[in-house]
Amino acid sequence: MSKRVLLEGVSVAYGRTRVLDPVELDLPAGSFTALLGPSGCGKSTVLGAVAGFVSPAGGRVTAGAGPVTGPGPDRGVVFQHYALFPWRTARGNVEFALKRLGLPRAERRRRALAALAEVGLAEGAEKYPAQLSGGMQQRVALARALAAEPEVLLLDEPFGALDTLTRSRMQTLLRELWQRRGTTVLFVTHDIDEALALAQRVVVLGGTPGRVLADHPVPDGPPDPDLRSLIARHLHALPTG
Amino acid sequence: MSLSESIVRAAPAGPPEPPGAAERVLPLRRPARWIAGAVVLVLVAQAGHGLLTNPFYQWDRFAYWFLRPVVLEGMWITLQVAAYSALLGLAGGVLLALGRLSGNPVLRSVSWTYVWLLRSVPLIVVLLFLNNLSALYPTLSIGVPFGPAFFSFDESRLATDTIVAVVGLSVVEAAYAAEVVRAGLLSVDQGQHEAAAALGLPRRYQFTRIVFPQALRAIVPAYVNLLIGLVKATSLVFYVSLLDLFGTVQGLGSTYPGDVVPLLLVATVWYVILTSVLSAVQYHVERYCARGALRSLPPTPLRRARAGLEELRGRYRKEAAR
Ligand SMILES: Nc1ncnc2c1ncn2[C@@H]1O[C@H](COP(=O)(O)OP(=O)(O)OP(=O)(O)O)[C@@H](O)[C@H]1O
Ligand SMILES: [Mg+2]
Repeated sequence: MSKRVLLEGVSVAYGRTRVLDPVELDLPAGSFTALLGPSGCGKSTVLGAVAGFVSPAGGRVTAGAGPVTGPGPDRGVVFQHYALFPWRTARGNVEFALKRLGLPRAERRRRALAALAEVGLAEGAEKYPAQLSGGMQQRVALARALAAEPEVLLLDEPFGALDTLTRSRMQTLLRELWQRRGTTVLFVTHDIDEALALAQRVVVLGGTPGRVLADHPVPDGPPDPDLRSLIARHLHALPTG
Repeated sequence: MSLSESIVRAAPAGPPEPPGAAERVLPLRRPARWIAGAVVLVLVAQAGHGLLTNPFYQWDRFAYWFLRPVVLEGMWITLQVAAYSALLGLAGGVLLALGRLSGNPVLRSVSWTYVWLLRSVPLIVVLLFLNNLSALYPTLSIGVPFGPAFFSFDESRLATDTIVAVVGLSVVEAAYAAEVVRAGLLSVDQGQHEAAAALGLPRRYQFTRIVFPQALRAIVPAYVNLLIGLVKATSLVFYVSLLDLFGTVQGLGSTYPGDVVPLLLVATVWYVILTSVLSAVQYHVERYCARGALRSLPPTPLRRARAGLEELRGRYRKEAAR
């Protein structure tokens, strides 16, 4: 249950400002790719183009067989700003994601609670987003995206607000889910170590307007310090801003 | 004396104080606040006393009229007209707001023009215009233009007056409501639309379950404001020969010229009651809408009053124990 995602010469402009130079990116079905880059380089923009929120100024985005023309449930998103529904409890938020699957109410509830338990939020299920801490909200957003069982999972710095321990637990969870479901994952982060620990491939984005600076496969096994310093050099070569 | 020095001096020195002493922090005395409070209280008491004892107001006549059936019938008409116009106005407002926010240029410009026009024309002009229109067309019919009529109303019935009043108030109310609803919809974060769309919910569902409930938080206070204006604007339907509360009172006033002042007081008190009921409803609807937006809901007035009483009692007990 996964789709290949293809970006062909995708460029993005907001008004008259170009923020993304043409990007070529091929994410094979079932692959796990990290998108790495400094703040403001256009990582969220690339993700938005795949999700269908951002319409490219040029080029084409394809997910599976068809072109991307707008948001759809085949591509689940964990937003950088969580975007939880404030009127719904944590459980309500996750149940909402299950609605389109046409499950009976009791089954929706069961799955929502299971998804929340998976991210370690069994206790907070009946709380409203405003009553949860930032990291808890982030985990609800993760549970919501996972519960819908999308074919492509787009994550925008999903662990940014978590402490080290919870973060590594969530990383393990994400890896397991990916291995189990074979979902295509695009994971945005600005943390090299996180990218190397999770992904099969690291794409470095940078510059203004943003463009792909480097594209490295990550070999399995223990972390490779040479690769790390190579990628770090790509990142540090960038002018900041 | 430097600041740090004063802090050092203020810090407790010497042997530790007996337990319990720390709790007895003296409340700050604010004499100016007490004096201002007393002055205002005296003024309010004076005004209240004057209102009750001045023979000009004829409170006995007020009591006589307040619950007369004829007044209550007028009140009933006011209520009906206000309720129908509020509902139709809100429905129209939602449609117009959606029109203004839609991608369709025809809908957008039609909605814009409607709001622009109806906000420009005084309500009384709309009412008189409709009244004359209904005189021109003795049977009002709703149906396909140039086609068959679905409903028709006979001009001779009293119902037609009510309909003219309700239609007049609703078309104007809708124009104002449209802006209130639009402001509410715009206040919902873009991320919410995106999140709803990413979950693959149908568009109608996104609107009714995600966007509109959140917009309500901004819509409710502004719309109740409009409603209160509407309740009082119903007094204008008197010009289209509908005897609402104000129309009834006005008519009675010309029959009993001696009772004009108490009759106006009757109308005033009824309008105050209506507005108070609306405010109370607003408070509770707002509380309901704030669910999830605030970390903890504010207490209801009843609970707040009880807490205040408790605090006073506690303070009294402490004073007494001293
Ligand atoms: N709606 C918008 N209108 C105009 N410019 C925008 C808009 N959204 C983003 N930008 C610009 O696009 C560029 C890339 O933004 P983007 O959000 O993709 O960065 P990012 O790599 O995700 O950064 P971060 O790591 O801080 O989240 C930035 O320079 C930003 O100013
Ligand atoms: Mg971003």
